[in-house]
Amino acid sequence: MAYSLMEGNEAIARGAIAAGCRFFAGYPITPATTIYQSMLNLLPSVGGICLQGEDEIASIGFCLGASMAGMKVMTATSGPGISLYSENISFAVGSEIPIVIIDVQRLGPSTGSATRGADGDINFLRWGNSGGQPVIVLAPVDVNDCFTLTIRAFNLAEQFRCPVFVASNKEIGMTRESIDLDGLDVPEIVTRTPASSQQPFRPFQAEAAQAVPGFLPTGDNVLVRTTSSTHGPDGYITTDPDEIARGQERLTTKLLSAVDQFTFHETFNKKDADTLLISYGVTARAARAVFTEQDRQGKRVSLLVLKTLWPVPEHLIRRVAQSARRIVVVEMNMGQYVREIKRILPEKRIDFLGQMDGRLITPAQITEVIDSD
Amino acid sequence: MTSFLNAERPPVFCPGCTHERITRTLDRAFQEMGLAGHQIVIVSDIGCSGLFDTFFHTHAFHGLHGRALTYAAGLKMARPELKVVVTMGDGGQGIGGAHLLAACRRNLDLTLLILNNFNFGMTGGQFSATTPPDAQLGSGFLNQLERPLDICEVARSAGAPYVRRCSGFRKNLAEEIQRAIEYEGFAVMDIWGICPGRYTKKNRLTTKMIDDTLAKLPPQEGVVAENTRPEYGRHYRKMAAAQKKVARPPVIKSQYKAPQLDRQEVILLGSAGQRVITAGEILCIAGLTAGLRTTQKNEYNITVLRGPSISEIILSPEEIDYTGIDMPSVVIALDQEGVDRRRSLFKHLSKDVLVIQLSGVTIPACNARIHLVDFKDQGIKSTDRALASLAVLAELKKVIRPEMLAAALKVRFKGPALKSSLALIDRVEIGQWV
Repeated sequence: MAYSLMEGNEAIARGAIAAGCRFFAGYPITPATTIYQSMLNLLPSVGGICLQGEDEIASIGFCLGASMAGMKVMTATSGPGISLYSENISFAVGSEIPIVIIDVQRLGPSTGSATRGADGDINFLRWGNSGGQPVIVLAPVDVNDCFTLTIRAFNLAEQFRCPVFVASNKEIGMTRESIDLDGLDVPEIVTRTPASSQQPFRPFQAEAAQAVPGFLPTGDNVLVRTTSSTHGPDGYITTDPDEIARGQERLTTKLLSAVDQFTFHETFNKKDADTLLISYGVTARAARAVFTEQDRQGKRVSLLVLKTLWPVPEHLIRRVAQSARRIVVVEMNMGQYVREIKRILPEKRIDFLGQMDGRLITPAQITEVIDSD
Repeated sequence: MTSFLNAERPPVFCPGCTHERITRTLDRAFQEMGLAGHQIVIVSDIGCSGLFDTFFHTHAFHGLHGRALTYAAGLKMARPELKVVVTMGDGGQGIGGAHLLAACRRNLDLTLLILNNFNFGMTGGQFSATTPPDAQLGSGFLNQLERPLDICEVARSAGAPYVRRCSGFRKNLAEEIQRAIEYEGFAVMDIWGICPGRYTKKNRLTTKMIDDTLAKLPPQEGVVAENTRPEYGRHYRKMAAAQKKVARPPVIKSQYKAPQLDRQEVILLGSAGQRVITAGEILCIAGLTAGLRTTQKNEYNITVLRGPSISEIILSPEEIDYTGIDMPSVVIALDQEGVDRRRSLFKHLSKDVLVIQLSGVTIPACNARIHLVDFKDQGIKSTDRALASLAVLAELKKVIRPEMLAAALKVRFKGPALKSSLALIDRVEIGQWV
């Protein structure tokens, strides 16, 4: 096997290009800046467009316009930029605009620490839109995931016409690693489904209550309407409560009913495990080291690494946790995703280890929690 | 000629609103231009001007308040052949001020129609960026405290190549709009109008008063000669076409055997400007030349050329999970700032750990084996010391070998930089054990 050396951010950019992304707009912010730099390096020569907006709001705005014109689009930022994206995230949710949004998380709140990592935006990504409709959030663990999960993020954005987040972290994005580019498990590329030409085009007409409307690009011969206002299938404002209800229901169920199709994860099973470790992101690497050591010592500990965080893969979590007496949730924040685990597994004992001080959670810290039982 | 107006969705403006007149005028302009509906996209902002997209049989894009120019830019870059017309009020101009300035500077071929009626009509007549101080509005006394903005002067000074101010009641408004749309570049029209639903409830404003006020202002007649320059999209495509294609990242062949076969962890403790991160990268590449896996985790402050700079490198024959280092194999003390940041590390170091200590750097007492080097005496500049320390490491046959380091430099550098870095590692004297 022969390796290249690459940081997570560059792997995201290269994954995006491989997924067919040809439009990127961003605004410099540590620790996401090198995604923008990589896209600027890679896109123009393949006929793509890379822009620097006057701010984060403009950057995502450019992307939404280009996406509805038919391009695969991406933007990248960190927590402060996600805050500024918020109104346009809601727009992309409600108007079903495919977009991949990379959040290379840094220590918050607010300006926080630009060069220190955290996973403090995990709930913000899910709930930071007006209306509270679901979004998809994927969480890479390492440089390989940065490449392949970014492709999956594009596939999901195309398939479900929604914003898809990649919740990276300074400790993944700006960490260089060996990567075997030829050995990656690269998924098939998905492109949004065109609307059927059999009937007059209605931009938000879906075949079924859980379905996604067929797409036509703004600029082609058939007229397309995109609107941030509450709309019916025809793309015009509606005040009909039943029509509104159907639209809201569809925005919710198109994702919630499909999560089993995109529940990305890794499980490390120990027979008759008593304790199940659950983690994600860079912290999952420390958890993996702990699993290896516990396994070597013959201890009954399993590990679930979640790579799809939202919608919550409830079936998977229930199934994997079934036989465990105790769950230990480890995350690089003060306790966010653990709330979901408690919600899903009310009958289990759930212990939590969180930390948000710029340092990685160490295998020793996790082991201490496991041994404290 | 066929109207673009949607018969099923007639304008719903207040009786007497200038917006309705502008709706019909815009339709006439489109007809005069001989366009088809699919060649046009109306990007509408929020408020009464945000209703425009619904009245026309064209492509339509209706987003968030003040952001219309951003969506328009994405659409135009993706579809250069589209006529992109943005309708926005004085409210949207205010909230999206940064986007207006940027659009003027950028000069992408968009047409911005600002339907300026001096207040936020839809929300109850609050003051906007263009409200006169003496107007009576829904914002109490607040508009008396602020000075209204001259949109056209702002647009000119921000670099807009086409700026036109006129009354919404102007006879040849359709021609004016057509002229703005046909201009290849960013064209701004500041169109003054009357808001009967809100503004003229308590304020007198007639078409004659608008004409009289406009007559007193410096004329803004369209093309701004001093701002004329290539259109952004055309310019972008020309520049982009000249960019070189980027190669795949180099794949490093495994050709050497590392001096130690187990996992090795190295911490470089330096300061910004010492090229610590680059040295860490080279160490990683050197590991790849021996077929090892590697990670490089860095720590530095937001300041540039100031503050500590720390790089933690792991080389391992197995997959690397946790990227932090609790018990390093090697610590390289390059600068006091880096050492001070990680002072607590030293007391745990065992006698198996190698510390390469540069002269002038003091380290806390520890059990590790100390190897002293004096780069200052050897005339090695601060910027080269991180790399020079790798040469010491290689000569000591710890973690890497000299041939691994040289191979890594050949991957990382080219031309004069390669030559000078190879010369550097060649001349480094490896110092002594303490």
